[in-house]
Amino acid sequence: MRPVLVKGGRVIDPSRQLDQAADVLIQDGRIAAVESNVTAPEGAETIDASGMVVAPGLVDVHVHLREPGKEAAETVATGARAAAAGGFTSVCAMPNTDPITDNQAAIGFIVKQASAANGARVFPYGAISIGQRGEQLAEFAKLIEAGAIAFSDDGHPVLSSHLMRTALEYAQAFGIPVADHCEEPSLAKGGAMHDGVVSTRLGLKGIPAAAEEIMVARDVILSELTGGHVHLCHISTKGSVDIIRRGKENGVNVTAEVTPHHLTLTHDKCEGYNTNAKMNPPLREEADVVALREALKDGTLDMIATDHAPHHYEAKERDFDDAPFGIVGLETALGLGVKELVNGGVLSLPELMRRMSTEPAKAFHLDAGTLEPGKPADLVIFDPGATWTVEPTEFHSKSRNTPYAGHVLAGRVERTIVGGRTVFQRDS
Amino acid sequence: MIRDSSSSAPSLGKDLLGLEPLSADQIRLVLDTAEPFKEVSERAIKKVPTLRGKTIVNLFYEASTRTRIAFEFAEKRLSADTVNIAAAGSSVEKGENLVDTARNLEAMRIDMVVIRHPASGAAAFLADRIPSNVINAGDGWHEHPTQGLLDLLTIRDKLGRIEGVRVCICGDILHSRVARSNIWGLLKLGAEVAVCGPRSLLPRGIEELGVHVFKHPEEAIEWADVLNVLRLQLERMQAGYIPSLDEYYRVYGITQKRLERAPRDVLILHPGPMNRGVEIDSMVADGPHSAILQQVTNGIAIRMAVLYLLSGGTPERANVAQAEDVPAGVRR
Repeated sequence: MRPVLVKGGRVIDPSRQLDQAADVLIQDGRIAAVESNVTAPEGAETIDASGMVVAPGLVDVHVHLREPGKEAAETVATGARAAAAGGFTSVCAMPNTDPITDNQAAIGFIVKQASAANGARVFPYGAISIGQRGEQLAEFAKLIEAGAIAFSDDGHPVLSSHLMRTALEYAQAFGIPVADHCEEPSLAKGGAMHDGVVSTRLGLKGIPAAAEEIMVARDVILSELTGGHVHLCHISTKGSVDIIRRGKENGVNVTAEVTPHHLTLTHDKCEGYNTNAKMNPPLREEADVVALREALKDGTLDMIATDHAPHHYEAKERDFDDAPFGIVGLETALGLGVKELVNGGVLSLPELMRRMSTEPAKAFHLDAGTLEPGKPADLVIFDPGATWTVEPTEFHSKSRNTPYAGHVLAGRVERTIVGGRTVFQRDS
Repeated sequence: MIRDSSSSAPSLGKDLLGLEPLSADQIRLVLDTAEPFKEVSERAIKKVPTLRGKTIVNLFYEASTRTRIAFEFAEKRLSADTVNIAAAGSSVEKGENLVDTARNLEAMRIDMVVIRHPASGAAAFLADRIPSNVINAGDGWHEHPTQGLLDLLTIRDKLGRIEGVRVCICGDILHSRVARSNIWGLLKLGAEVAVCGPRSLLPRGIEELGVHVFKHPEEAIEWADVLNVLRLQLERMQAGYIPSLDEYYRVYGITQKRLERAPRDVLILHPGPMNRGVEIDSMVADGPHSAILQQVTNGIAIRMAVLYLLSGGTPERANVAQAEDVPAGVRR
């Protein structure tokens, strides 16, 4: 493999508190050096990164790639390419495919599709329970052997507290997190958007913040009871943030993620029955957005994850109640982070990189999120000053369901490198 | 939601999707236009040629008697050609059906569609996709604008004004499109609005719309000039919102005994169909202050006015057109 020298960029590596002008040398697919004025070895490909940020590739611990089962909406290959186009080098695929990844064969299939994909690395989640039915624990050890990196019944909350407790206890032997989609189903049942004044006006059934907060509280309590690592998916409310913050102060082994959309939009986006603003958990209120941003800044929320949820055009082309939950997020996450969080004065660029790469890699024990010499050469090169307009037809994802069409974002990915190989490069 | 509303003379635009997007002037326009149409229904020959040659589809995805019949009469009395499509029971894939239905209607060059649908936003969904005028005849829990308009007309008929009148909407506000259309219409015309019902049947943030909330009907009766009593559906009990219909009647039923304590006469409205002995006592429903049947009569005039205005009519011409349409000799 030809050595690669990334020259003249602003290197940001939160794993080593690095933020300086430097060159990055890649050899044999790994980081060889991060120093000033590295001399290109013979035969090296040189990439001019002047004016660019060079950072560890982004890591998304929450994506839905729809394969197997709904290949019209996304496949592992198209999802991996969309990820690469968004600057991601590692993504973790949720288990709610058809069939569900509750067995070695299904996990093995994802791993095989991922190895053939020419994009970001794809790591499968295993299901917590057989069939995601919340009854019988899946075979964690066998699934890990086949390639699972964490467990979740995402799409369904783990309703049985006994099962959640058992999963948190049992997973400890393997040192990997158990992730939960926090939603108390009897409160959320039939809901289409946040329970508030907008749902009242639109005449839509609301999902109260309490539906999430009750399960967040339960999971924090169960994590405290068991000592197991619970990872809380897509936190959306101020109340959840308060509970997690208290848990962390008490030393509970909890990590939590927040999506770009919950950090940037409110339930107002549902006006006009906009089905591209329908997701679960739903877009909440301004006070929630403020609390989520604060929590991301102070580390109560550890990371940004997109909950990339592709849906075929027709699926969203219906009345609001009947449209499925979810939006695509891989190709807008960095642009939203730079525009809303960095330019918006919430996070510094190194802090954003930390929340989008280093922290998720650390929480999920992935060999990523760093530019330390010897580590896999997964990195993103982006222009932090460039602005661009979201045009869904240009997405690499198979699906276009985004509420950000026409929004002007900042920070544009120029190149994504996985294992020393360029998997995405912007046409100029 | 209102299109083509840029012209200086007030008009309704392309569609009637709700009262929330309308201005006070637009609402008054409909009420004023309804006045001359009331008279058409009093004639021996109840027909004017106003919408001759127009085709209207009544697309009802939900059961309806009163609203569907009122629209049909309004259309027929305006001489429109109408087709009724009852799609009740097709709720499983209703979203897909609605897209396909819209495309088919467009292909058939329909002038107007009256739609009733169980999903909130269904009328707007259709209006966005076809060039025909769309009239919302009730979408989910969202709005039922012609019901709101006929309630406004009835209050104006009975009390002579709407501004400053105190109206309390009683019952299941959470699931009620009638409540939402009434709230918007009344507020825009300067009425004071309150709601009263069990907290489990009031939607979150209802106060933020600018309405008072009463916990007990006694407080509402003491305050109000008008009570608009909503139908309580049996399903609400099964879904656990209230313990029983009997208990509901005991605590929230609008009874003669409760009304006797009112400091003034209270006008009683009900959008129907009534559950006598649940949300309203028969003595009250059939009593001297009930305007429930006048609401039904006004329902036809309001729908004639809406159909007429959306098809491009103006209120001045409504008067003239009707006066000259029918020879004087055949009038009652």
